[in-house]
Amino acid sequence: MLLGPALIVSAILFTIGVVGVLLRRNAIVIFMCVELMLNAVNLTFVAFSQRLGLDGQVFVFFVMTVAAAEAAVGLAIIIALYRHRDTVNLANINLLRG
Amino acid sequence: MTVRVFLFYTFSVIAIVSALLCITRKSPVASALWLVCAMFHLASLYVLLDAYFIAAVQVLVYAGAIMVLFLFVIMLLNLGRLGPGDMKGPGGKVIAIVAGLVMLGELMVLRRVALPVGLGLPDGVIAAHQAREGAVHAVAQPLFTSYLLPFEITSVMLLAAVVGAVVLAKRRI
Repeated sequence: MLLGPALIVSAILFTIGVVGVLLRRNAIVIFMCVELMLNAVNLTFVAFSQRLGLDGQVFVFFVMTVAAAEAAVGLAIIIALYRHRDTVNLANINLLRG
Repeated sequence: MTVRVFLFYTFSVIAIVSALLCITRKSPVASALWLVCAMFHLASLYVLLDAYFIAAVQVLVYAGAIMVLFLFVIMLLNLGRLGPGDMKGPGGKVIAIVAGLVMLGELMVLRRVALPVGLGLPDGVIAAHQAREGAVHAVAQPLFTSYLLPFEITSVMLLAAVVGAVVLAKRRI
């Protein structure tokens, strides 16, 4: 019943996450935008699980655990980066720029 | 329009506005708090979509644990107030918004693909199943039977993430 609207909301939230990644230069805010994109995908899984069975909700669990692990490792990388360069602004972190 | 549909649209609008505020606020702390707001309203959308246990886990794990981790790192690195250059310039903004609109159009086209007839369950089957078996049991049953191996692999992945985070955040790499 709510499958169509849920997919629209999910698409809008995912797009907002993509725009945030493209718009910001702060590494932590970019990371939060990635989390927002993962949340939008979770909404799609939950919406389809209403129609296609409970496996979708199981997948949301796996997405959440991967997101938690990713947040822990990513934030550790950001802390290590801040120790080396004294900034989290991605415009100043251009070691791999060709 | 039933109460459920009305609530769904209300919470959707709040979640989308919170997400927009999250990506436009200058201060990372304000961004994080607006993201918490968006995640709470996503949890309420899960409730309206009959995923009660997922909604609880969303509040506990995402809005609780992960966002506290983010705020902790913001506090640890003292990033509460940012200098200039956090947002991209006008050119970057135009590129970001155009790319976003193109992406939204693509997703809307993808959304038009219909589910095959006969594959989808009728309305209310999942809700009735959860009411009969309990919200937790209904999700735990597939998780611990058909998805047992991925579940165990996930535990190994979490161990690797914990070790990796400790090693990366050590003072001398």
